[in-house]
Amino acid sequence: MKPTPLSLAAVAAVLVTFVRAIFFTPLEATQGPAQKILYVHAPAAWVAFMAFGLVGLTSVLYLWLKEDRLDRVAESSAEVGVVFTTVVLITGPLWGKPIWGAYWTWDARLTLTLFLWFVYVAYIVLRGAIDDRAMRARYSAVLGILGSLLIPFIHLSVYLFRTLHPQPILMKPSAPSLPGEMLATLLLAFASFTLLYVALLRARYRYAVERDDAHPAEAYDA
Amino acid sequence: MVEVLRDAWLIAKKDLAIEFRTRSAFFSALVFALLGIVIFYFAWDSSAVSAIDLAPGVLWVIFTFSGMLGMHRSFSVEQPDRGIDGLLASPVARESIFLGKALANLVFVVAVQAVAIPSVALFYGLPLGNVWLPLAGIALLAAIGLVSVGTLFSAMAVNTRLAELLLPMLSLPFFVPVVIPAAQATAKLMSGRPVGDAGAWLKLLLAFDIVFVVACTLAYPFTLEE
Repeated sequence: MKPTPLSLAAVAAVLVTFVRAIFFTPLEATQGPAQKILYVHAPAAWVAFMAFGLVGLTSVLYLWLKEDRLDRVAESSAEVGVVFTTVVLITGPLWGKPIWGAYWTWDARLTLTLFLWFVYVAYIVLRGAIDDRAMRARYSAVLGILGSLLIPFIHLSVYLFRTLHPQPILMKPSAPSLPGEMLATLLLAFASFTLLYVALLRARYRYAVERDDAHPAEAYDA
Repeated sequence: MVEVLRDAWLIAKKDLAIEFRTRSAFFSALVFALLGIVIFYFAWDSSAVSAIDLAPGVLWVIFTFSGMLGMHRSFSVEQPDRGIDGLLASPVARESIFLGKALANLVFVVAVQAVAIPSVALFYGLPLGNVWLPLAGIALLAAIGLVSVGTLFSAMAVNTRLAELLLPMLSLPFFVPVVIPAAQATAKLMSGRPVGDAGAWLKLLLAFDIVFVVACTLAYPFTLEE
Protein backbone atom coordinates (compact mmCIF):
# COMPACT_ATOMS: atom_id res chain seq x y z
CA MET A 1 0.00 0.00 0.00
CA LYS A 2 1.44 3.39 -1.02
CA PRO A 3 1.76 6.09 1.66
CA THR A 4 -1.03 8.63 1.33
CA PRO A 5 -0.64 12.39 1.85
CA LEU A 6 -2.60 11.97 5.08
CA SER A 7 -0.24 9.33 6.50
CA LEU A 8 2.83 11.35 5.46
CA ALA A 9 1.37 14.46 7.11
CA ALA A 10 0.62 12.47 10.27
CA VAL A 11 4.14 11.06 10.52
CA ALA A 12 5.61 14.53 9.87
CA ALA A 13 3.39 16.05 12.57
CA VAL A 14 4.46 13.43 15.11
CA LEU A 15 8.13 14.01 14.23
CA VAL A 16 7.70 17.78 14.67
CA THR A 17 6.05 17.10 18.04
CA PHE A 18 8.97 14.94 19.15
CA VAL A 19 11.59 17.47 18.02
CA ARG A 20 9.74 20.25 19.84
CA ALA A 21 9.26 18.10 22.96
CA ILE A 22 12.90 17.04 23.11
CA PHE A 23 14.75 20.23 22.11
CA PHE A 24 12.43 23.20 22.48
CA THR A 25 10.42 22.46 25.60
CA PRO A 26 11.92 23.29 29.03
CA LEU A 27 12.82 20.53 31.49
CA GLU A 28 10.44 20.05 34.36
CA ALA A 29 12.11 21.21 37.61
CA THR A 30 11.68 18.12 39.81
CA GLN A 31 11.16 15.26 37.35
CA GLY A 32 13.83 16.24 34.82
CA PRO A 33 13.92 14.51 31.43
CA ALA A 34 11.56 11.72 32.60
CA GLN A 35 8.64 14.16 32.44
CA LYS A 36 9.00 14.41 28.65
CA ILE A 37 7.41 11.01 28.29
CA LEU A 38 4.14 12.82 29.07
CA TYR A 39 4.14 14.09 25.47
CA VAL A 40 3.81 10.50 24.24
CA HIS A 41 1.92 8.90 27.11
CA ALA A 42 -0.99 11.32 27.52
CA PRO A 43 -1.85 11.73 23.81
CA ALA A 44 -1.55 7.96 23.25
CA ALA A 45 -4.00 7.40 26.11
CA TRP A 46 -6.36 9.98 24.63
CA VAL A 47 -6.21 8.26 21.23
CA ALA A 48 -6.75 4.81 22.81
CA PHE A 49 -9.90 5.93 24.62
CA MET A 50 -11.17 7.68 21.51
CA ALA A 51 -10.49 4.56 19.43
CA PHE A 52 -12.37 2.28 21.85
CA GLY A 53 -15.17 4.82 22.06
CA LEU A 54 -15.53 4.57 18.29
CA VAL A 55 -15.58 0.75 18.52
CA GLY A 56 -18.51 0.99 20.97
CA LEU A 57 -20.36 3.50 18.81
CA THR A 58 -19.91 1.65 15.52
CA SER A 59 -20.83 -1.65 17.24
CA VAL A 60 -24.20 -0.25 18.33
CA LEU A 61 -24.77 1.23 14.88
CA TYR A 62 -23.81 -2.05 13.19
CA LEU A 63 -26.39 -4.09 15.11
CA TRP A 64 -28.96 -1.49 14.15
CA LEU A 65 -28.09 -0.83 10.48
CA LYS A 66 -26.19 -4.06 9.53
CA GLU A 67 -23.85 -1.98 7.38
CA ASP A 68 -20.52 -3.70 6.55
CA ARG A 69 -18.65 -0.41 6.60
CA LEU A 70 -19.45 0.09 10.29
CA ASP A 71 -18.01 -3.32 11.11
CA ARG A 72 -14.82 -2.49 9.24
CA VAL A 73 -14.47 0.80 11.10
CA ALA A 74 -14.91 -1.05 14.42
CA GLU A 75 -12.35 -3.67 13.39
CA SER A 76 -9.82 -1.04 12.33
CA SER A 77 -10.36 1.22 15.32
CA ALA A 78 -9.98 -1.69 17.77
CA GLU A 79 -6.65 -2.69 16.27
CA VAL A 80 -5.28 0.85 16.20
CA GLY A 81 -6.59 1.36 19.75
CA VAL A 82 -4.72 -1.73 20.98
CA VAL A 83 -1.51 -0.38 19.44
CA PHE A 84 -1.90 2.96 21.24
CA THR A 85 -2.87 1.22 24.50
CA THR A 86 0.33 -0.81 24.21
CA VAL A 87 2.25 2.47 23.83
CA VAL A 88 0.52 3.78 26.99
CA LEU A 89 1.34 0.60 28.91
CA ILE A 90 5.01 0.74 27.87
CA THR A 91 5.64 4.47 28.38
CA GLY A 92 3.83 4.54 31.75
CA PRO A 93 6.21 2.12 33.55
CA LEU A 94 9.25 3.80 31.93
CA TRP A 95 8.19 7.01 33.64
CA GLY A 96 6.95 5.29 36.79
CA LYS A 97 10.26 3.64 37.64
CA PRO A 98 12.29 6.88 38.20
CA ILE A 99 9.36 8.95 39.54
CA TRP A 100 7.29 6.50 41.62
CA GLY A 101 10.12 4.04 42.20
CA ALA A 102 8.16 1.14 40.70
CA TYR A 103 7.36 0.05 37.16
CA TRP A 104 3.85 -0.93 38.03
CA THR A 105 1.35 -0.09 40.77
CA TRP A 106 -2.22 -1.32 41.00
CA ASP A 107 -3.54 2.17 40.66
CA ALA A 108 -7.05 2.70 39.31
CA ARG A 109 -6.10 4.13 35.94
CA LEU A 110 -3.25 1.69 35.31
CA THR A 111 -5.49 -1.25 36.06
CA LEU A 112 -8.28 0.13 33.90
CA THR A 113 -5.89 0.60 30.97
CA LEU A 114 -4.52 -2.90 31.40
CA PHE A 115 -8.03 -4.37 31.34
CA LEU A 116 -8.98 -2.30 28.31
CA TRP A 117 -5.99 -3.87 26.61
CA PHE A 118 -7.19 -7.36 27.62
CA VAL A 119 -10.75 -6.73 26.41
CA TYR A 120 -9.71 -5.44 23.00
CA VAL A 121 -7.00 -8.06 22.49
CA ALA A 122 -9.77 -10.61 23.13
CA TYR A 123 -11.88 -8.67 20.61
CA ILE A 124 -9.18 -9.11 17.97
CA VAL A 125 -8.74 -12.82 18.82
CA LEU A 126 -12.52 -13.32 18.62
CA ARG A 127 -12.57 -11.77 15.16
CA GLY A 128 -9.77 -14.05 14.05
CA ALA A 129 -11.61 -17.15 15.29
CA ILE A 130 -14.72 -16.69 13.14
CA ASP A 131 -14.76 -17.32 9.38
CA ASP A 132 -18.29 -16.31 8.49
CA ARG A 133 -18.26 -12.58 7.86
CA ALA A 134 -21.77 -11.70 9.03
CA MET A 135 -21.39 -13.78 12.18
CA ARG A 136 -18.01 -12.22 12.90
CA ALA A 137 -19.52 -8.76 12.57
CA ARG A 138 -22.43 -9.57 14.91
CA TYR A 139 -20.29 -11.29 17.54
CA SER A 140 -17.69 -8.57 17.61
CA ALA A 141 -20.38 -5.87 17.79
CA VAL A 142 -21.82 -7.62 20.85
CA LEU A 143 -18.37 -7.74 22.47
CA GLY A 144 -17.68 -4.13 21.46
CA ILE A 145 -20.87 -2.98 23.22
CA LEU A 146 -20.36 -5.09 26.34
CA GLY A 147 -16.75 -3.86 26.49
CA SER A 148 -17.97 -0.26 26.59
CA LEU A 149 -20.44 -1.14 29.36
CA LEU A 150 -17.64 -2.80 31.32
CA ILE A 151 -15.35 0.25 31.46
CA PRO A 152 -17.25 2.19 34.18
CA PHE A 153 -17.50 -0.98 36.30
CA ILE A 154 -13.78 -1.73 36.15
CA HIS A 155 -13.08 1.92 36.85
CA LEU A 156 -15.37 2.00 39.90
CA SER A 157 -14.16 -1.29 41.32
CA VAL A 158 -10.48 -0.39 41.05
CA TYR A 159 -11.07 3.26 42.05
CA LEU A 160 -12.21 2.17 45.50
CA PHE A 161 -8.53 1.43 46.04
CA ARG A 162 -6.19 4.38 46.62
CA THR A 163 -5.24 6.14 43.43
CA LEU A 164 -1.64 7.22 42.75
CA HIS A 165 -1.93 8.56 39.23
CA PRO A 166 -1.10 12.25 38.64
CA GLN A 167 -4.30 14.25 38.56
CA PRO A 168 -5.46 15.64 35.22
CA ILE A 169 -3.59 18.81 34.30
CA LEU A 170 -5.44 19.69 31.12
CA MET A 171 -9.07 18.64 31.25
CA LYS A 172 -10.05 19.94 34.67
CA PRO A 173 -12.49 22.55 35.91
CA SER A 174 -9.86 25.20 36.74
CA ALA A 175 -7.30 26.51 34.23
CA PRO A 176 -4.64 24.04 32.97
CA SER A 177 -1.73 24.07 35.45
CA LEU A 178 1.03 23.31 32.96
CA PRO A 179 3.40 26.20 32.09
CA GLY A 180 2.72 27.77 28.68
CA GLU A 181 5.50 26.18 26.66
CA MET A 182 4.87 22.68 28.00
CA LEU A 183 1.15 23.12 27.46
CA ALA A 184 1.76 24.12 23.84
CA THR A 185 3.87 20.99 23.27
CA LEU A 186 1.26 18.79 24.93
CA LEU A 187 -1.55 20.26 22.82
CA LEU A 188 0.58 19.79 19.70
CA ALA A 189 1.14 16.17 20.75
CA PHE A 190 -2.61 15.62 21.17
CA ALA A 191 -3.23 17.06 17.71
CA SER A 192 -0.46 15.09 15.96
CA PHE A 193 -1.39 11.81 17.66
CA THR A 194 -5.02 12.32 16.69
CA LEU A 195 -3.91 12.88 13.12
CA LEU A 196 -1.79 9.72 13.29
CA TYR A 197 -4.82 7.81 14.61
CA VAL A 198 -6.98 9.01 11.71
CA ALA A 199 -4.25 8.07 9.21
CA LEU A 200 -3.77 4.59 10.70
CA LEU A 201 -7.52 4.04 10.95
CA ARG A 202 -7.95 4.97 7.30
CA ALA A 203 -5.07 2.74 6.17
CA ARG A 204 -6.41 -0.20 8.21
CA TYR A 205 -9.91 0.40 6.87
CA ARG A 206 -8.68 0.34 3.28
CA TYR A 207 -6.88 -2.91 3.99
CA ALA A 208 -10.16 -4.38 5.30
CA VAL A 209 -11.98 -3.25 2.15
CA GLU A 210 -9.36 -4.83 -0.12
CA ARG A 211 -9.39 -8.07 1.89
CA ASP A 212 -13.20 -8.29 1.77
CA ASP A 213 -13.22 -7.55 -1.96
CA ALA A 214 -10.66 -10.31 -2.52
CA HIS A 215 -12.86 -12.89 -0.74
CA PRO A 216 -16.44 -11.88 -1.51
CA ALA A 217 -17.75 -15.48 -1.28
CA GLU A 218 -16.96 -15.66 2.43
CA ALA A 219 -20.02 -13.62 3.26
CA TYR A 220 -22.34 -16.38 2.01
CA ASP A 221 -20.57 -19.37 3.51
CA ALA A 222 -22.47 -19.68 6.81
CA MET B 1 -43.01 -11.22 30.06
CA VAL B 2 -44.52 -14.00 32.18
CA GLU B 3 -44.42 -16.27 29.15
CA VAL B 4 -40.74 -15.47 28.52
CA LEU B 5 -39.90 -16.40 32.10
CA ARG B 6 -42.06 -19.56 31.99
CA ASP B 7 -40.31 -20.75 28.83
CA ALA B 8 -36.96 -19.86 30.37
CA TRP B 9 -37.81 -22.04 33.36
CA LEU B 10 -38.68 -24.95 31.01
CA ILE B 11 -35.29 -24.66 29.30
CA ALA B 12 -33.49 -24.38 32.62
CA LYS B 13 -35.31 -27.53 33.80
CA LYS B 14 -34.21 -29.36 30.66
CA ASP B 15 -30.58 -28.41 31.20
CA LEU B 16 -30.71 -29.24 34.89
CA ALA B 17 -32.30 -32.65 34.11
CA ILE B 18 -29.42 -33.42 31.71
CA GLU B 19 -26.92 -32.32 34.32
CA PHE B 20 -28.69 -34.21 37.12
CA ARG B 21 -28.72 -37.46 35.14
CA THR B 22 -25.13 -37.28 33.93
CA ARG B 23 -23.61 -35.23 36.77
CA SER B 24 -20.47 -34.90 34.64
CA ALA B 25 -19.91 -31.15 34.84
CA PHE B 26 -21.02 -30.77 38.44
CA PHE B 27 -18.61 -33.33 39.81
CA SER B 28 -15.71 -32.09 37.75
CA ALA B 29 -16.40 -28.52 38.88
CA LEU B 30 -16.72 -29.66 42.48
CA VAL B 31 -13.51 -31.69 42.47
CA PHE B 32 -11.82 -28.77 40.72
CA ALA B 33 -13.02 -26.42 43.48
CA LEU B 34 -11.78 -28.74 46.25
CA LEU B 35 -8.43 -29.18 44.51
CA GLY B 36 -8.20 -25.41 44.21
CA ILE B 37 -8.75 -25.01 47.95
CA VAL B 38 -5.91 -27.46 48.66
CA ILE B 39 -3.49 -26.04 46.08
CA PHE B 40 -4.04 -22.46 47.21
CA TYR B 41 -3.31 -23.44 50.80
CA PHE B 42 0.12 -24.72 49.84
CA ALA B 43 0.84 -21.90 47.40
CA TRP B 44 1.17 -19.47 50.32
CA ASP B 45 3.36 -19.67 53.37
CA SER B 46 0.74 -20.22 56.07
CA SER B 47 3.00 -18.68 58.72
CA ALA B 48 3.24 -15.45 56.71
CA VAL B 49 -0.34 -15.13 55.38
CA SER B 50 -3.12 -16.05 57.77
CA ALA B 51 -5.94 -18.24 56.50
CA ILE B 52 -8.52 -15.51 57.10
CA ASP B 53 -6.67 -13.15 54.75
CA LEU B 54 -6.32 -15.86 52.14
CA ALA B 55 -9.83 -17.32 52.20
CA PRO B 56 -11.87 -14.60 50.41
CA GLY B 57 -9.48 -14.52 47.47
CA VAL B 58 -9.32 -18.30 47.26
CA LEU B 59 -13.11 -18.57 47.30
CA TRP B 60 -13.60 -16.14 44.45
CA VAL B 61 -10.85 -17.43 42.25
CA ILE B 62 -12.28 -20.93 42.65
CA PHE B 63 -15.85 -19.85 41.83
CA THR B 64 -14.70 -17.99 38.77
CA PHE B 65 -12.86 -20.94 37.29
CA SER B 66 -15.20 -23.72 38.34
CA GLY B 67 -18.16 -21.64 37.13
CA MET B 68 -16.49 -21.39 33.76
CA LEU B 69 -16.36 -25.19 33.55
CA GLY B 70 -20.14 -25.34 33.90
CA MET B 71 -20.87 -22.41 31.66
CA HIS B 72 -18.80 -23.77 28.85
CA ARG B 73 -20.93 -26.92 28.94
CA SER B 74 -24.13 -24.94 28.77
CA PHE B 75 -23.99 -24.43 25.00
CA SER B 76 -21.48 -27.10 24.00
CA VAL B 77 -24.02 -29.71 25.18
CA GLU B 78 -26.26 -28.50 22.32
CA GLN B 79 -23.51 -28.86 19.71
CA PRO B 80 -23.23 -32.60 18.83
CA ASP B 81 -26.73 -33.11 17.38
CA ARG B 82 -27.31 -29.41 16.65
CA GLY B 83 -29.69 -29.34 19.63
CA ILE B 84 -29.59 -25.56 19.48
CA ASP B 85 -31.46 -25.68 16.15
CA GLY B 86 -34.25 -27.57 17.89
CA LEU B 87 -34.42 -24.90 20.58
CA LEU B 88 -34.46 -22.13 17.98
CA ALA B 89 -37.19 -23.88 15.98
CA SER B 90 -39.38 -24.29 19.05
CA PRO B 91 -41.95 -21.57 19.70
CA VAL B 92 -40.05 -19.81 22.48
CA ALA B 93 -38.57 -16.33 22.47
CA ARG B 94 -34.81 -16.16 22.00
CA GLU B 95 -34.55 -14.22 25.22
CA SER B 96 -36.13 -17.23 26.95
CA ILE B 97 -33.40 -19.52 25.62
CA PHE B 98 -30.77 -17.21 27.05
CA LEU B 99 -32.50 -16.73 30.39
CA GLY B 100 -33.13 -20.48 30.68
CA LYS B 101 -29.50 -21.33 30.00
CA ALA B 102 -28.39 -18.61 32.43
CA LEU B 103 -30.79 -19.87 35.11
CA ALA B 104 -29.46 -23.42 34.80
CA ASN B 105 -25.91 -22.06 35.05
CA LEU B 106 -26.89 -20.05 38.10
CA VAL B 107 -28.19 -23.17 39.84
CA PHE B 108 -24.95 -24.91 38.85
CA VAL B 109 -22.69 -22.16 40.25
CA VAL B 110 -24.76 -21.79 43.44
CA ALA B 111 -24.61 -25.57 43.98
CA VAL B 112 -20.81 -25.49 43.66
CA GLN B 113 -20.72 -22.55 46.09
CA ALA B 114 -22.96 -24.39 48.55
CA VAL B 115 -20.30 -27.08 48.86
CA ALA B 116 -17.19 -24.94 48.38
CA ILE B 117 -17.94 -22.23 50.97
CA PRO B 118 -18.38 -24.69 53.89
CA SER B 119 -15.31 -26.59 52.61
CA VAL B 120 -13.17 -23.45 52.70
CA ALA B 121 -14.52 -22.70 56.19
CA LEU B 122 -13.63 -26.23 57.25
CA PHE B 123 -10.15 -26.43 55.73
CA TYR B 124 -9.13 -22.87 56.60
CA GLY B 125 -10.73 -22.89 60.04
CA LEU B 126 -13.07 -19.94 59.49
CA PRO B 127 -15.98 -19.14 61.79
CA LEU B 128 -19.01 -18.86 59.47
CA GLY B 129 -21.57 -19.00 62.30
CA ASN B 130 -22.91 -15.45 62.24
CA VAL B 131 -21.93 -14.28 58.76
CA TRP B 132 -23.29 -17.10 56.60
CA LEU B 133 -26.47 -15.27 55.62
CA PRO B 134 -24.86 -12.05 54.30
CA LEU B 135 -22.13 -14.20 52.76
CA ALA B 136 -24.76 -16.24 50.90
CA GLY B 137 -26.26 -12.95 49.68
CA ILE B 138 -22.89 -11.78 48.31
CA ALA B 139 -22.34 -15.18 46.70
CA LEU B 140 -25.73 -15.03 44.98
CA LEU B 141 -25.24 -11.45 43.74
CA ALA B 142 -21.81 -12.31 42.38
CA ALA B 143 -23.04 -15.56 40.82
CA ILE B 144 -25.75 -13.67 38.89
CA GLY B 145 -23.11 -11.34 37.44
CA LEU B 146 -20.71 -14.15 36.52
CA VAL B 147 -23.45 -16.24 34.97
CA SER B 148 -25.05 -13.51 32.83
CA VAL B 149 -21.79 -12.62 31.09
CA GLY B 150 -20.44 -16.19 31.10
CA THR B 151 -23.57 -17.64 29.49
CA LEU B 152 -23.51 -15.13 26.65
CA PHE B 153 -19.82 -15.66 25.95
CA SER B 154 -20.29 -19.42 26.13
CA ALA B 155 -22.98 -19.14 23.45
CA MET B 156 -20.55 -17.17 21.31
CA ALA B 157 -17.40 -19.20 22.01
CA VAL B 158 -18.88 -22.58 20.93
CA ASN B 159 -19.40 -21.25 17.41
CA THR B 160 -15.83 -20.05 16.96
CA ARG B 161 -12.79 -22.00 15.84
CA LEU B 162 -11.16 -21.65 19.24
CA ALA B 163 -14.28 -22.89 21.10
CA GLU B 164 -13.59 -23.39 24.80
CA LEU B 165 -10.18 -21.75 24.58
CA LEU B 166 -11.87 -18.44 23.89
CA LEU B 167 -14.24 -18.46 26.88
CA PRO B 168 -11.72 -17.53 29.62
CA MET B 169 -10.15 -14.88 27.42
CA LEU B 170 -13.51 -13.24 26.73
CA SER B 171 -15.04 -13.59 30.16
CA LEU B 172 -12.23 -13.06 32.68
CA PRO B 173 -11.89 -9.29 32.08
CA PHE B 174 -15.65 -9.08 32.66
CA PHE B 175 -15.38 -11.09 35.89
CA VAL B 176 -12.97 -8.55 37.43
CA PRO B 177 -15.66 -6.06 38.56
CA VAL B 178 -17.52 -9.03 40.11
CA VAL B 179 -14.59 -10.75 41.79
CA ILE B 180 -13.09 -7.57 43.30
CA PRO B 181 -16.26 -6.43 45.13
CA ALA B 182 -17.21 -9.99 46.08
CA ALA B 183 -13.78 -10.78 47.55
CA GLN B 184 -13.56 -7.40 49.31
CA ALA B 185 -17.05 -7.74 50.79
CA THR B 186 -16.29 -11.32 51.88
CA ALA B 187 -13.07 -10.15 53.53
CA LYS B 188 -14.95 -7.42 55.41
CA LEU B 189 -17.54 -9.89 56.69
CA MET B 190 -15.00 -12.51 57.71
CA SER B 191 -12.95 -10.01 59.67
CA GLY B 192 -16.03 -9.34 61.77
CA ARG B 193 -17.08 -5.97 60.31
CA PRO B 194 -20.80 -5.12 60.03
CA VAL B 195 -22.56 -5.67 56.70
CA GLY B 196 -22.88 -1.89 56.28
CA ASP B 197 -19.10 -1.61 55.79
CA ALA B 198 -19.40 -3.61 52.59
CA GLY B 199 -22.29 -1.43 51.34
CA ALA B 200 -20.39 0.23 48.49
CA TRP B 201 -19.17 -3.13 47.20
CA LEU B 202 -22.66 -4.63 47.35
CA LYS B 203 -24.11 -1.70 45.42
CA LEU B 204 -21.46 -2.19 42.76
CA LEU B 205 -22.34 -5.90 42.49
CA LEU B 206 -26.03 -5.12 42.24
CA ALA B 207 -25.45 -2.49 39.55
CA PHE B 208 -23.30 -4.93 37.56
CA ASP B 209 -26.03 -7.58 37.80
CA ILE B 210 -28.76 -5.26 36.60
CA VAL B 211 -26.75 -3.82 33.69
CA PHE B 212 -25.32 -7.10 32.45
CA VAL B 213 -28.41 -9.29 32.88
CA VAL B 214 -30.34 -6.79 30.75
CA ALA B 215 -27.51 -6.19 28.24
CA CYS B 216 -26.70 -9.88 27.76
CA THR B 217 -30.36 -10.89 27.42
CA LEU B 218 -30.84 -8.23 24.74
CA ALA B 219 -27.54 -9.09 23.03
CA TYR B 220 -28.13 -12.86 22.84
CA PRO B 221 -30.55 -12.80 19.84
CA PHE B 222 -27.84 -10.98 17.85
CA THR B 223 -25.47 -13.91 18.29
CA LEU B 224 -27.86 -16.23 16.43
CA GLU B 225 -28.13 -16.77 12.69
CA GLU B 226 -30.66 -14.38 11.25
